Amino acid sequence: MNTIRNQFSSLHQLREKAPVFLAVLFGITIYASACNLWVPEESIFYVSTYTITLLGKYLCYALLALAVDVVWGYCGILSLGHGAFFALGGYAMGMYLMRQIGDRGVYGDPLLPDFMVFLNWQELPWFWHGFDQFWVAMLAMLLVPGLLAFVFGWLAFRSRVAGVYLSIMTQALTYALMLSFFRNEMGFGGNNGLTDFKDLLGFNLQSDSVRVALFLCSALVLALAYCLSLLIMSSRFGRVVIGIRDAEDRARFIGFKAESYKVSLFVYSALLAAVAGALYVPQVGIINPGEFSPLNSIEVVVWVAVGGRGTLYGAIVGALLVNYAKTRFTAVFPDAWLFALGALFVSVTIFLPQGLMGLFRGKRLFRGKRLPWFKRRKNAGETG
Amino acid sequence: MTMLENVKRTVQRYQTWPLSSGEKQPAIDISHQVLLYVEGLSVSFDGFKALNDLNLYINDGELRCLIGANGAGKTTLMDVITGKTHPDSGAVYFGQTIDLLGKTEAQIAQLGIGRKFQKPTVFEEQTVFANLELAMKANKGIVSTLLARLSPSELDWIAEVLDTIGLKADYKMLAGALSHGQKQWLEIGMLLMADPRLMLVDEPVAGMTAQETERTAELLTSLAGERTVVVVEHDMEFVRSIAKTVTVLHQGSVLAEGSMSDVQNDPAVIEVYLGEEQ
Repeated sequence: MNTIRNQFSSLHQLREKAPVFLAVLFGITIYASACNLWVPEESIFYVSTYTITLLGKYLCYALLALAVDVVWGYCGILSLGHGAFFALGGYAMGMYLMRQIGDRGVYGDPLLPDFMVFLNWQELPWFWHGFDQFWVAMLAMLLVPGLLAFVFGWLAFRSRVAGVYLSIMTQALTYALMLSFFRNEMGFGGNNGLTDFKDLLGFNLQSDSVRVALFLCSALVLALAYCLSLLIMSSRFGRVVIGIRDAEDRARFIGFKAESYKVSLFVYSALLAAVAGALYVPQVGIINPGEFSPLNSIEVVVWVAVGGRGTLYGAIVGALLVNYAKTRFTAVFPDAWLFALGALFVSVTIFLPQGLMGLFRGKRLFRGKRLPWFKRRKNAGETG
Repeated sequence: MTMLENVKRTVQRYQTWPLSSGEKQPAIDISHQVLLYVEGLSVSFDGFKALNDLNLYINDGELRCLIGANGAGKTTLMDVITGKTHPDSGAVYFGQTIDLLGKTEAQIAQLGIGRKFQKPTVFEEQTVFANLELAMKANKGIVSTLLARLSPSELDWIAEVLDTIGLKADYKMLAGALSHGQKQWLEIGMLLMADPRLMLVDEPVAGMTAQETERTAELLTSLAGERTVVVVEHDMEFVRSIAKTVTVLHQGSVLAEGSMSDVQNDPAVIEVYLGEEQ
C-alpha cells in the first residue's frame, strides 16, 4: 500500500516525471545559448541569434499548448479561443514596451506612443497610465486575461454550457476581441498593433545577450509551468477534474461543485496563456490584432492533438514539432501550409487519437482495439 | 456470513474514525422518525406528467423498495431528490428542517444523500482505487483537494471497502476495464465511501449473476438500520428477498404501499403492473 500512497502524492509524481523533461529542456536551451554567445560565427557549431529567437518563440507556443492541454486534455473543455488570452498577455507587455520607447519614437513625443500622435490624440488614454512601470504591466498581464477567463467561465460553466457550444463561444470571444482591437479608437494601435520596441527593463532588445536571456527566461517559465501543472494534475484536484471530464454527473453526485472546478482550471489555463503571450512579444518584436485571429487558436488545438492530450509533455512536444514543420514548410510551399495542417489534424484524429505520445504509452491502439477507421469500415461491411 | 460481518465492521468503523470533516453540515432533525418527506410533487416534461402529486415518506433506517413500470417516475423522483431536476410544485424535506429543493447536486450530496445511477457510472479512465478515493467523505472544496494527502486511516478505510465490494485484487485496474457487475459494485463501494445517511440505489443488480445478486441483497440489507436505503429495482425476485416495505409507483404517483405480499394481492397493482407478468 505504500506504493499507492506514492502514486497518490503529487510531490512523488513530480520527482518521478519531471527530471527527464527538465534535463532535456535545459540541456538544449543552455547548449544553444552557449553556442550563440561563445562560439565564433564561422564555426559550424554557431547558433545564430535568428535561431535563438525562433526557438524562444517555439517555447512560448509550447507554453500556450500546455495551457490548452490543461483544460482540454484533463477537463475536456475544448477552448478554441486561447489565442485571446495569449494576445491579451502580449498586449500588456507591448504597452509596457511602448512606454519604454519614450521620446525615441518617430515623432519624438515624450509621453504619447507614435500611433497616438499620428491619430492626433492630445493625451494618454486612462488605461495606458501606469504602464511605464514594469510591475503594473505584469499585474495587468495576469489580471486582465484572468478576469476575462473568470467571468466567461463563470457564466458559461454555471449555465452548464459544454461541448461544441462552448467551443463556438470561445471562438466568438476571440473573434470579437480581434474586431475591437482592429479599431483605432480602442487605443491599442489598431491594425498595426504595437511595435518598434527599443528596450525591456533598460536592456536593448536587439542585443544578442538580451535575446539569449529572453530565450532562457522562456525555458525557465515553461519548466515552472510544467512542474506546477504536473503537481496540480497529480493532486486530488487533478483526479476530480479528470472525473468531471469523464462523468460530470457522478462527480456532482459525490459532492464536487463541477462548475467551480472548471472555472478555476480555466482561469489557471488562461494565466499560463497570458504569460506565454507576454514572453512572446519582446522576442518577436510586435503584437497586433492578428494574434486574436480564430485560426491561431485552432492551430494550438492541432499542436496539442498531434502531441497527445492529457500528458502535458505531449502538448509541448506537439507545439515544437508542428511549429518546426511550419517554419520549414512555409519556406518551401508558403500557400500549402494550411492544407498540410488540416491534413495533419485529420490524420492524427483518425490514426493517432492519443497523439504521438500515444505511440509510446498506448499499446492499446494496436493491441486488441482496432483503429477506428478500420472498425467503421468493417461495420459498414456487415450492415451493407 | 463472513461478508455480512465484514460490512458491519466497516459500517462501525465509519463512525469512529477521525476523518477530515467537510463543511459544517446542519444536523438532520429526525425527531418524527421520518428522514425524507416528499409531498405533492409534480414534474412535467413538455406536457408529459412524469410525477403527478406524489407523496412519499421514508423512515430513518428503513430499507424501501420502489417498483413500477417503465415511465412510472422512479428515476425522475430520484432526480428531484438529488437536485438534478427541479419540480413544478411540491416539497422535499430531508429530516424536519432541511429543504432540498433549490439546493445543487453537490450540496445535496454533501448533506449525506448518495446515489447510484441506473447505468453504472464510475470514472472509467481512473483506477478502482482512485474512484473510491474521490468518493470518500472529505472536504470537497478546491483548496483542500489541491492539498489533500491520503492519511493511513483513510488508506485502511479504502482497503476495507475494497474488501467489502470484492475488488481488492483489482484496485489498480482502470474502472472502465471492469465487468458490468463489478462496475455496479464499485459504484456501491463509492456510495459506502461517501458515508451517506440516505442511499438512493437505482437498479443495483442489473447485469449481475445470481450469486452476485445474492451478495448485493446481503449488503443492502446489512446497510439498512445504520443508514436509510431506497432501492429501485425491476427484478421482483430480488425485491422480494430484501424488501420489508414496497412502494408501487404508477404514472407518477403512488399506487400502493405495504409489505410485498400486501402489494402483490392489491387488485389495482395486479391490474397495472404485476398483471402483465402473470
